[in-house]
Amino acid sequence: MRYLTDRKRAVGKGSAHTGAEHHWYMMVSSVALAFMVPTFLIIFGRALGSGYESALATFERPFPAILAGLTLFVGMQHFHKGARVMLEDYTSGTTRKLLIMLVVGLTYALTAAGIFGIAKIAL
Amino acid sequence: MVQFTLPKNSKIRTGKTWPKPEGATNVRAFKIYRWDPDTGENPRVDTYYLDMDKCGPMVLDALIKIKNEIDTTLTFRRSCREGICGSCAMNIDGINTLACIYGLDEIKGDVKIYPLPHMPVVKDLIPDLTHFYAQHASIMPWLETKTNRPEKEWKQSIEDRKKLDGLYECVMCASCSTACPSYWWNSDRYLGPAALLHAYRWIIDSRDEATGERLDGLEDPFKLYRCHTIMNCTKTCPKGLNPAKAIAEIKKMMLNRHV
Repeated sequence: MRYLTDRKRAVGKGSAHTGAEHHWYMMVSSVALAFMVPTFLIIFGRALGSGYESALATFERPFPAILAGLTLFVGMQHFHKGARVMLEDYTSGTTRKLLIMLVVGLTYALTAAGIFGIAKIAL
Repeated sequence: MVQFTLPKNSKIRTGKTWPKPEGATNVRAFKIYRWDPDTGENPRVDTYYLDMDKCGPMVLDALIKIKNEIDTTLTFRRSCREGICGSCAMNIDGINTLACIYGLDEIKGDVKIYPLPHMPVVKDLIPDLTHFYAQHASIMPWLETKTNRPEKEWKQSIEDRKKLDGLYECVMCASCSTACPSYWWNSDRYLGPAALLHAYRWIIDSRDEATGERLDGLEDPFKLYRCHTIMNCTKTCPKGLNPAKAIAEIKKMMLNRHV
């Protein structure tokens, strides 16, 4: 039981003065992914059905490799920011902080592993 | 934070079934949430039967009839009876709305009435709106001016006045905010559609001189950006307003400051 006024509870710690940046990033990355993901899937789909050597040859070319890298990076950043909002919605306290750290770590680990894989094929 | 189950002492039990009116041919059942903090018992749903040939057309008419003629302990807020005061907001047939302007003919089968969802209950159909009102107060719901000119009335063009249409009509019934899942899970920090609609009403007012301060106060991952455009607010608003659009307009203004 804390003797706080209703106004103090409503105002809390005030505004964090952030959020617009996140909102803008999600909008920009959504638009970018709307173009990148279908293009990547077409290229990846074709490569998938054409055998190992042919798939390697596809991702040795600059455009498929750069597109794959970009899709992975932008997609994982989009996932990271979206997942963070979801975690903020549904969890609280230390659990929230730990899960956000886990998602951030997972995002960067997957991005790094993916970029490394693409670079190994392409370079 | 999200809660998927009710606490033990909030689980709803079957309550009392009141007798049907004698000699009535047009009878309708009303299943109404009841909870009295003084008894220490769990909430229950009581069933009442009304002769619809002797009842007014609105849900509030039925509630008043039940209170007057069957069970005087039934507790609910009401005042204007014409959708202006916002007092009688409750969850009727699964929809947050005003009992005074919601027709009984719009409901099929039994009439199920609960208090506004996910709010602390004071008694029966009365939610505790203290925090909701404090959030409204926090957005400075008044005209804020810095200059003292003009000394007389502050004029507004017809075009600027039109921008307030669809905003000033809000009666603060809390139907929208209590229909919003984001508000259910994060009402301690998220302002909710009603407060944000009012915030936009003052931001967009051509006479207000605190636009920047108002936007500063709202730029927060929780206060504003917890709105995920679920649109329950717009769907449920008994006045036909569009809080989701007002929130989107605030977000656009935020972006215009950044990009």
